[in-house]
Parts: sequence; structure tokens; C-alpha cells
Amino acid sequence: MSKPSEFDDIPGTLVFDGERSRQGYHLNMFCMSLMKPENREAFRADGRAYLVRFPMTPEQAQSILDRDWNRMLELGGNIYYTAKLAACDGLSFQQIAALMTGMTQAGYAEMMLHGGRPIEGNRSKSEWDRG
Amino acid sequence: MAEILAGVVCSHVPAIGAALDNGKAGEPYWRPLFRGFEPSKAWIAQLKPDVVILVYNDHGSAFSLEMIPTFALGCAAEFAPADEGWGARPVPVVEGHPELAWHIAQSVILDEFDLTIVNKMDVDHGLTVPLSLMFGQPAQWPCRVIPLAVNVVQYPPPTGNRCYNLGKAIRKAVESFDQPLRVVIFGTGGMSHQLQGPRAGLINPEFDKRFLDRLVADPQALARIPHVEYVREAGSEGIEMVMWLIMRGALDDTVKEVYRFYHVPASNTAVGHMILENVAPGAA
Repeated sequence: MSKPSEFDDIPGTLVFDGERSRQGYHLNMFCMSLMKPENREAFRADGRAYLVRFPMTPEQAQSILDRDWNRMLELGGNIYYTAKLAACDGLSFQQIAALMTGMTQAGYAEMMLHGGRPIEGNRSKSEWDRG
Repeated sequence: MAEILAGVVCSHVPAIGAALDNGKAGEPYWRPLFRGFEPSKAWIAQLKPDVVILVYNDHGSAFSLEMIPTFALGCAAEFAPADEGWGARPVPVVEGHPELAWHIAQSVILDEFDLTIVNKMDVDHGLTVPLSLMFGQPAQWPCRVIPLAVNVVQYPPPTGNRCYNLGKAIRKAVESFDQPLRVVIFGTGGMSHQLQGPRAGLINPEFDKRFLDRLVADPQALARIPHVEYVREAGSEGIEMVMWLIMRGALDDTVKEVYRFYHVPASNTAVGHMILENVAPGAA
């Protein structure tokens, strides 16, 4: 069962429902494998070869090799799992958050220091379309 | 008879643990946050609970997509801090309370809350950061801890109403345990934050403050908030706040707000923290 469609109006947000979980299972389990130091070493040594261990789609593998953080989510990745890939790369949560929003890291950090992204204008896709 | 004296809610941002572990708590960025927990540390040091029931969520540490329990109760004698990919946090091993935990499992399952019983579970920042915030950096934690891990990563998480009622069942279980234990329950996670995608960084202080107000005065209204409202108003990861309702359900209908603290930001997140006491402990 997937989530009710009312979630679809929330801009810039993907809800990790059953459909995404099925789609992204191997991508996410690849990320999970990076919890072990020996796997991190193997992945760093030859990313493309390491990914063959996980039966994901070519698009998913490419999104990982490209470090395209939003694309990974679109293809069924879950942020808590892709964050493990970020950690493996030595990136902080705030660094990948900045990348996903298309902001510079300094700009994103500055936004957070000033209270974060406001809710006004960020509730509905219709508000983003207008902007 | 065991009794629940009070409830604590607080966020469990991993960067808070990293700041403490790396000696950065005194830096200007972090100082206001840790200062906000000083009264809480004094409060709990004076209260000296025997057991903390700690409601949190696992972030792909003990569990993964291989197995996703909605409610998992830690019944082991101890729980090791998890290696989340950069080495385990240098914090003490968490000692459980298997006797009380098994009693709770038995009682709430017969009350029709079908928990998963877990005898081996590493605990990640979701559990250890709240302990650090409330107890500082001791050589060993000053009380036993019963972890209750709630799925809030895979949609759908349990409803707020289910969480609130589970809290009530946990209270009933604790009060039917025949040892004079002093118990505090923590609800952790939140407040507003979104970690994923183009809307990352969302913070909604109005929602958060109203949530804190209603957590004290009108938890039944909070229990009716649908998932979509959490996601829209408090960010995709703000849904963690359903876990606070387990804490609230385990307290009296009328409680005394002892302390409140709200701070933005800790990394990507709004930190909310509150201490609630039952008005007449033992009177229920």
C-alpha cells in the first residue's frame, strides 16, 4: 500500500512509503553495508565494482556514483541510509542538506542560523509553482 | 509498586552528541543549547530515578530495511552504543532492566499492544544523545534504561493516537510491577526538521510551540494530528514527534510543567525540551 496522495502536494518532499521502500531496497542496503569498515574500503577502492554486489538498477548505481543526492531519493533511497554514504565520503548531514537544496554550504548554514527555512511559502506545491 | 514520576521530551540530533564527544560544547554555536539543559541535569540528579524508559527511533543502526518493527522493546541486560559508520560514541554501555522490561512486554501485549521483544540491540544517537543531554558525561549512566524503539523511518509510522494509548498501557504495566522503582519516561526526537530533498532545513517554531503547549494541556488533540500534518508543517522528519505522545500517555491527564526550553538550530533541527511531572505521584 502506498501513502495517501495528499502527501504529494508537499513540495520538495518524498515520503518513504512501501512503494519507495521496494524500489530502493538494494540501494538502501548498499548504504547500510557501509557501516562496516572493510566495506567502506572496498567501495572507496572501486565503487563501480563494489556496487555489482547489490542488484540495483543502472540508474540507481549511476546516481550513487554521481553522488546525486536528490536522484538517489527519487529512485527509492531513504535519507537515513544515503546519509551513511555521506558519512563514508566524510560529509556532514548539513553538507548533503545544502547539496540537496541547491544552496552553498555557507548559505545553508546561514539560513539555519537565522531560524531555518520558513514554513510560509513551503506548505504546498502551488506556492512553489508561483515562486 | 513501581511508579512513573515524570516525563521528559527532548530532541536527539546526532550533531549534539558529536559536539559533546569532541569537546565542542563550550563553543559559541553550542553553548546556548547545553546551557538550556543545565536546569534539567540538576532536576534529574535530584530526582534520582531508578529506571528511564526511553522512547526513541533507530536510524538504520540496529535495524535496517531487512526488519522494521513498529514498536521494539529492549529486554536485554545491556545495550552497546552503535557504530553508526564513524565509530561508536564514547559513552557508557547502557544497562537495561530486564525484569521490568519483560513485565512491561507481557502486560502491554496482553493489553493488545503487540510489541516486538528484542534481546540484542545496539543503541544509536537516538537513545544516547538524550542520555548525554540529561546526565552529562559520567563514567557510567546513573540509572537503568529500557529502550523502546519506534519505527518513524518507514511510512507509515504508528499514529499519534496509538502512541498515546501505548503510553497509557505502559503506565499500567509499570504500576503493576511489584518493586518500588522510581521511573521516568523520555520521549525523544523532533521538533520540526526536514533532512531530505529541496525543502531541507524547514523549521516551524509556531507549530513547535503550539505542540509543546498542547502536550501539557491537550494531549488528546495532539493524538489526532494526522501524519500528513506533521510532514507538511514540521518537516518530513518532524514526524518523530509522535513518539512524544507515548511519554505523555504514561503521565496523568493533568501534569505540572516543570521546565521548557526551545532552541534553533542544532545542525538542521529545532530542539525542543520539556519536563512534566505527575501532580501527585503515587496517587493514581
